[in-house]
Amino acid sequence: MGHKTPLYELHESMGGKLVDFGGWDMPLHYGSQLEEHNIVRQDAGMFDVSHMTIVDVSGQEARKYLQYLVANDVARLEVQGKALYTAMLNEQGGIIDDLIIYLMTEKGCSNEWYRLVVNCATREKDLAWMADRAIGFDVTLNEQPELAMVAVQGPKARAKVAALLGGSREQTINQLSVFQGFESEGWFIARTGYTGEDGLEIMVPEDEVAQFWSALAEAGVAPCGLGARDTLRLEAGMNLYGSDMTDSVTPLESGIAWSVAFEPADRQFVGRDVLDQQKANGGYDKLVGLVLETRGVLRGHQRVIVDGVGEGEITSGTFSPTLGFSVALARVPAGTGAAAKVEMRGKEIDVRVVRPPFVRNGKKVFE
Amino acid sequence: MSNVPGELKYVSSHEWIRVEGDGTVTIGVTDHAQEALGDVVFVELPDMDADVSAGDDAGVVESVKAASDIYAPVSGVVIAVNEDLEDAPEMVNSDPYGDGWFFKLKLTDESELDDLLSADEYSAACEEE
Repeated sequence: MGHKTPLYELHESMGGKLVDFGGWDMPLHYGSQLEEHNIVRQDAGMFDVSHMTIVDVSGQEARKYLQYLVANDVARLEVQGKALYTAMLNEQGGIIDDLIIYLMTEKGCSNEWYRLVVNCATREKDLAWMADRAIGFDVTLNEQPELAMVAVQGPKARAKVAALLGGSREQTINQLSVFQGFESEGWFIARTGYTGEDGLEIMVPEDEVAQFWSALAEAGVAPCGLGARDTLRLEAGMNLYGSDMTDSVTPLESGIAWSVAFEPADRQFVGRDVLDQQKANGGYDKLVGLVLETRGVLRGHQRVIVDGVGEGEITSGTFSPTLGFSVALARVPAGTGAAAKVEMRGKEIDVRVVRPPFVRNGKKVFE
Repeated sequence: MSNVPGELKYVSSHEWIRVEGDGTVTIGVTDHAQEALGDVVFVELPDMDADVSAGDDAGVVESVKAASDIYAPVSGVVIAVNEDLEDAPEMVNSDPYGDGWFFKLKLTDESELDDLLSADEYSAACEEE
């Protein structure tokens, strides 16, 4: 028996097929993963993401600490509520976890603080690492286990949630720009997600979340499980920690070099020396998209063969419900061009190499 | 609990067999199997007129989750394949014992039918898994 979120009983009563995920009993689907996927692309679906770990960082040196802890630069957050995607690296430049950081106050105010959302499977190592790195900084780390979290995603997600909540929370939702979150009457409402669609991630005290989930269901928001969450994020070209990146690969090798702030050059963050060296030397592996437009499904760990260049491996693969064929992320040698082969069930199958994402806002986006 | 129709025969690899009474059989995958697979997205069927022996690979079913081989539960010659599954593989999920059938065989050795499981025996085998 794993940990249970405050929505566990509702998942059971709504027909969720519960599976273990990083030590938590979570819904895989409520009947059809494909239907849940399509609802998020076309309308609105909701995910219980209460298993994710929320950590608030405050204190005089909160900013200075985060500038050291993560590869992106929180000084880039100019406006209250704005969010930053980044990775936390070890001394070898390997990725300990990926995370979102929200600036919770006005920039530069005397009580400036930040909210971090990290993965659930990595919770313990993340918290230990963060605490160790905090030594010598005037900073306080507060985990928020009493907060549940619901992601409502899809083109109609914001409108449906705003209409349901009304009042000042509705106003908050209407004010949010993309990748921004605000506190509203004890809730934290952010316009972020992991699906490639518009939508919200909402942090709610755990004793209020069941009522909110039920009200969303009544308002026509479909419950969706981890299965759809995985196909949606993969179509959107978003990495999954533990599959597409681990602590033995760097952001440059994981398609998220854009989330590393090399400027200013004198900001010393953990792992920086390795990344600087890697960037200067070049020739490192890269994370690319693969597309198989005929039958068959690309799967994680399948071997990728690039003629005359070398070999790589699929880090995650799936059937893309939106496109009707299979897509994958794969780590391949630097010299990989537009074509590769994948070994599937004993045969070498031709695939195209593309730049992710595959789908954004319901539409195919790769060339 | 999954549906296991009493009039069909089964094998422990989760195929069902309907004995048509004219020396032919129709084959598909069970409700239990489709539920474990999740949403089916591709089905690869055997070639028409192919000669298959009991236990041979006779196709592949790919779901969002995984790829699984389909085995010929008895020996025979392929006399029909369900081409509708090409465009509508989801029928394997929605109607595993009806529109979701896979292929038909003309039996080469009718005595092999005696080795198949009854509905009760198959249900018991599923519970042991």
